[in-house]
Amino acid sequence: MNKLITASDVVAQLRDGMTIGIGGWGPRRKPMTFIREILRSPLRDLTVVSYGGADVGMLCAAGKIRKLVFAFVSLDFIPLEPYFRRARQSGSIEVMEIDEGLLMLGLKAAAMRTPFIPTRVGLGTDVLRHSPAIKLVDSPYDDRQWVAMPALPLDVALLHVDRADARGVCQVKGPDLYMDDLYARAAARTYVTADELVEAEAFGQGDEARYVFWERAQTTGVVHAPCGAHPTSCAPLYGFDVKHLKEYAASAKEPGGWAQYCERYVACGEEEYLRRVGGEAVVRKLPLPVF
Amino acid sequence: MSDTTLVDTIICAASAAWRHDGEVLATGIGMVPRLAASLAKLTCNPDLMLTDSEAWLVAEPVPVGPRGEYRIRRETHMGFARIFDNVWGGKRHAMVGPTQVDRYGQANISMIGADHRKPKTQMLGVRGFPGNSMNHANSFFVPNHGTKVFVEGEVDMVASAGYNPARLARGWGFDDIDIRLLLTNLCVMDFGGPSRQVRLRSLHAGVTAEQVQQATGFPVHVPADVAATAAPTAGQLELLARLDPHGLRAAALGA
Repeated sequence: MNKLITASDVVAQLRDGMTIGIGGWGPRRKPMTFIREILRSPLRDLTVVSYGGADVGMLCAAGKIRKLVFAFVSLDFIPLEPYFRRARQSGSIEVMEIDEGLLMLGLKAAAMRTPFIPTRVGLGTDVLRHSPAIKLVDSPYDDRQWVAMPALPLDVALLHVDRADARGVCQVKGPDLYMDDLYARAAARTYVTADELVEAEAFGQGDEARYVFWERAQTTGVVHAPCGAHPTSCAPLYGFDVKHLKEYAASAKEPGGWAQYCERYVACGEEEYLRRVGGEAVVRKLPLPVF
Repeated sequence: MSDTTLVDTIICAASAAWRHDGEVLATGIGMVPRLAASLAKLTCNPDLMLTDSEAWLVAEPVPVGPRGEYRIRRETHMGFARIFDNVWGGKRHAMVGPTQVDRYGQANISMIGADHRKPKTQMLGVRGFPGNSMNHANSFFVPNHGTKVFVEGEVDMVASAGYNPARLARGWGFDDIDIRLLLTNLCVMDFGGPSRQVRLRSLHAGVTAEQVQQATGFPVHVPADVAATAAPTAGQLELLARLDPHGLRAAALGA
């Protein structure tokens, strides 16, 4: 089976109002090639589920989001995401604000095809007050009430991986998978961008198969996108682009700043984007973050 | 007291938070809590587990700032999914820096304002606070003790649960919540007052109980005898110099 596809063909399959899960974490391993492709499209009214960073910020800036399911949106070294803040403070997006672990449980429930997972997480907090869709349930085994975290089924998951083959075998060698495997399993369709495209035989070498975290049946389509996570990181291949993310964040302070950012980095297309941010060789030398 | 002396005093007082915890994950978010957890492992509780703030448990605390030739000593993989496994099992004591804390110990890092649909100031979001608060011990560090942080009513968004009877679900009690120390630039407090009221434990040099009360939006229980926060020992200062080789903690109180 050959699952190779282009990013624009993937985005052409998306529909207004869909629920889209975005892999990665904050400024790390975000499928930014897909995000920029969505920015170039007329798509709108999306429900986005994400451990958010610049992916959520850019989609907010472009007015693509109707509802956001999130626990945080942050660029880490720039703690507060400027375009997400603006969207929130203008009341322009609906939100389901939940705990990081609740988001994980929601994906897990969808992946397991159960309606909810019981947990103590969220008890006693305003997470329940502001999201009345999250119910308390009685336990058949004790006398306590438990939070029933509802499944978060996704129409589509968008992920970025280190390498993949044409059949959809995906490899992540960074020290943290984040919740990408759960996104892949919670979604009806999962599309990945891969920094490197390899032959199937590559996974037969040494321990390579140990870095494959979901079965190829969970992968619908594979896009070859070198540096496709830029300006976020894809450890160990490259770190996040501090200079670029600062420029992006600073654009929010200028009148017309987002339009200028788009003009320079989005409208030009991916090939020209990579050239404008310094080229593949430069991106691959971006240092890994140290905390 | 100079800022450097004050921050060292706070870090050393904070490190005592983990003294009796045994073998748990000590997570310190931010400069002061992270140095405090690191110091605790090197002094009062060598059994503590620490991370590199990325994806590994480490055998020894990682110094803050640029590392030069230093290489972390990995012990166990600890990606985010496994952090939640640890949290839900309860073997963790986190020290975090909330933007608001109320009389119940409810804390907020999410947003400021009365309307959640349209915050006056959007901050991070609740992050892992809800899960932390119902699963393991938590302490708070507040660098700017005042009524904007220690608010009169409830915090604007209850991100972590506290000792608030009105918010307990059926079958749950105060013993399911474990808030330990509140460390600030003025004092150390805990929830050891009557009915889990906030109680003054110790005052930093030059600070009075009246000052603390004035800077707090709710009544603080003040025992008859309030100790002075212990000054750092020479041994502790030596360790701090190793853990913070670039002296980054001098700016940790935002002076």
